[in-house]
Amino acid sequence: MSETWLILGATSSMARAFARRAAASGAGVLLAGRDRDDLAVLADDCRLRGARMAEAIDFDARELAGFIHLIKRMASEDGLLSAAVFVGSMPPQSEIDADPSLIPGVVTDSFTGPAQVLQMLAPLMEARRGGTVVGVGSVAGDRGRIGNYVYGAAKAGFATYLSGLRNRLTRAGGHVVTVKPGFVDTSMTWGLPGMFLVASPEKVAEDIWRAVDKKRNVIYTPFFWRYIMLIIRHIPEFIFKKMKI
Amino acid sequence: MSWKTTTYSGWGRALTATGEIARPERRRTLDALLSDGLIPACGMRRSYGDAALNDGGRIIEMSRLDRMIAFDPATGILEVEAGARIGEIAAAFAPRGWLPAVMPGTGFATVGGCIAQDVHGKNHHLAGSFGQHVLSLRLRTASGERTVSPKSDKALFRATMGGLGQTGVILSARLQLLACKGDVMVVTERRMSGWEEFLSHLDGSTATYTVGWIDATATGEGLGRGILEEGETGAGLTPRRVKTRAIPINAPNFALAAPVVRAFNNLYYSRVPARGRTVVKPIGDFFFPLDKIHDWNRLYGKRGFHQFQCVVPIAEAPALRSMLEAIAASGLASPLAVLKRMGPGRAGMLSFPMEGYTLAVDFPNRDAARALISRLEAMTVAAGGRLYFAKDSLARGADVRAMYPELDDWRAEVAKADPEGRLQTDMVRRLKLRSEA
Repeated sequence: MSETWLILGATSSMARAFARRAAASGAGVLLAGRDRDDLAVLADDCRLRGARMAEAIDFDARELAGFIHLIKRMASEDGLLSAAVFVGSMPPQSEIDADPSLIPGVVTDSFTGPAQVLQMLAPLMEARRGGTVVGVGSVAGDRGRIGNYVYGAAKAGFATYLSGLRNRLTRAGGHVVTVKPGFVDTSMTWGLPGMFLVASPEKVAEDIWRAVDKKRNVIYTPFFWRYIMLIIRHIPEFIFKKMKI
Repeated sequence: MSWKTTTYSGWGRALTATGEIARPERRRTLDALLSDGLIPACGMRRSYGDAALNDGGRIIEMSRLDRMIAFDPATGILEVEAGARIGEIAAAFAPRGWLPAVMPGTGFATVGGCIAQDVHGKNHHLAGSFGQHVLSLRLRTASGERTVSPKSDKALFRATMGGLGQTGVILSARLQLLACKGDVMVVTERRMSGWEEFLSHLDGSTATYTVGWIDATATGEGLGRGILEEGETGAGLTPRRVKTRAIPINAPNFALAAPVVRAFNNLYYSRVPARGRTVVKPIGDFFFPLDKIHDWNRLYGKRGFHQFQCVVPIAEAPALRSMLEAIAASGLASPLAVLKRMGPGRAGMLSFPMEGYTLAVDFPNRDAARALISRLEAMTVAAGGRLYFAKDSLARGADVRAMYPELDDWRAEVAKADPEGRLQTDMVRRLKLRSEA
């Protein structure tokens, strides 16, 4: 059956790699994001790689009023409807410390904005008895750390939301994959100090695609982050609170 | 973060530069980076020497601006961003019956890089160089963005093909792809027992794709022995491509010691039966044999390596033989050595190809190897031949001047496109390409 992927935050390099992977499978892709010109070029690229349909569409996680437009466009496609969420924002923690009013924006970009889109899409997915939601969180959501705990908290909230959505969509033949990437070689991490074991966006996209295929629930990519985070989650709080990692 | 300060190198890893690199993922970001003036651009840094280095300065890596923009299945014309890799284009279009008309030895080379070096492939004798299949390109010069085609701006176009990125930042190009039968190669491999046999087979070959592996350690009777590969595209099914592997660390220095290389070359030569054989391969295995081993340059250890590649006119074949004798006698060569017949096709003022024979040999970066390469360069000059900028890391400006008779015309065009000289790279400075003799 034909499938259409709504890709939120499609300008990011991870989303781009995922869109190309979906395109190569012959699926349709709706590329949602803020840079319309850039997304139009990506849409051309996806069509040339085999996408049944590829289109750029405006999306800003902070513009609630625009969400209905996305849902209507999705509803007009036949077949299974799926969504992949790659949005999020991570201002340096020091900027947030200086200006706490940045917090709602981070939470909207990384959690509540995309959650509202998914919440609006869920009834359509249920009606069509299938489809997949890919939610890209972060290993930062596994434990609050001094370096980025606002972003981490937003991603943790999103992960919990995805867990609940999985519980709901499973009953209707759908599925939700929660993705927790480690360090990925994107413009967000370009030149940041302290990066190690950095994965390419293509590798992450391939891992996600396989997880969708196999209906995995929660994946870490690359896989070894599962073990790194297992250790980090199990450090007792009375030690963790003094650590700076 | 836009700029990352780092030490980086070309593929040969013998020369390094320290400076700031940006890697824009969107056109908007690139435009912002260039708003204060031009900055040299690079692709996947597959040039061996310093063509993509800018020590103490800035460089923009174009590899994430790699989208395919438009394709016309009736004509085979593909418009693509400069950062797109040749191997990806081949993989996407071969099943539909189209290939990049010219493909260099690595699929990781970008379209922008292929233009800036006017690269050639295993079909050079028939198809000519990469730039001859570029219909037009979008170029960001000092005076703004423009479309450049052989019709609209012949001189600027010819200065850009093989122009080492000195006329502007290459943004995208329209390429004429070549029709192919499918994504399978039918390859005939034959042993060549020595130099004379090798040359006569190269001269007589009627195959679309031809390449010769040469045993650069064989001396005496066996001098110039090797394997001739002749390939045609075909339709059909092949076994799945084997998984790529990576060289995880720098190899120790003895990995490419003379006895190891001799033993390897013996095995590699004997691998093909004495009566030859015909095999079917995925296109990638034929065109990009080494791409299966990621970071293979680490085999040369942390000192890196140099590749010497020259082309000499047909009549100077004896000079090429003398070079091979010097290489074989030195015992310094690595197993990677290639002999090919070239046609006359070239697209730019600084393009490498000329009708003749081209020889490419890798050497670990050692004093003795550098001295040998210096001798080989002198022999190339004497034979009226040329060195290849995509490979060179050791030549001097004076040698190069004699090889590229259109250098003055090129310099004049470049001065118009980049009057402030902002696009200069380490190679351009080392070879003094943009200064008067």
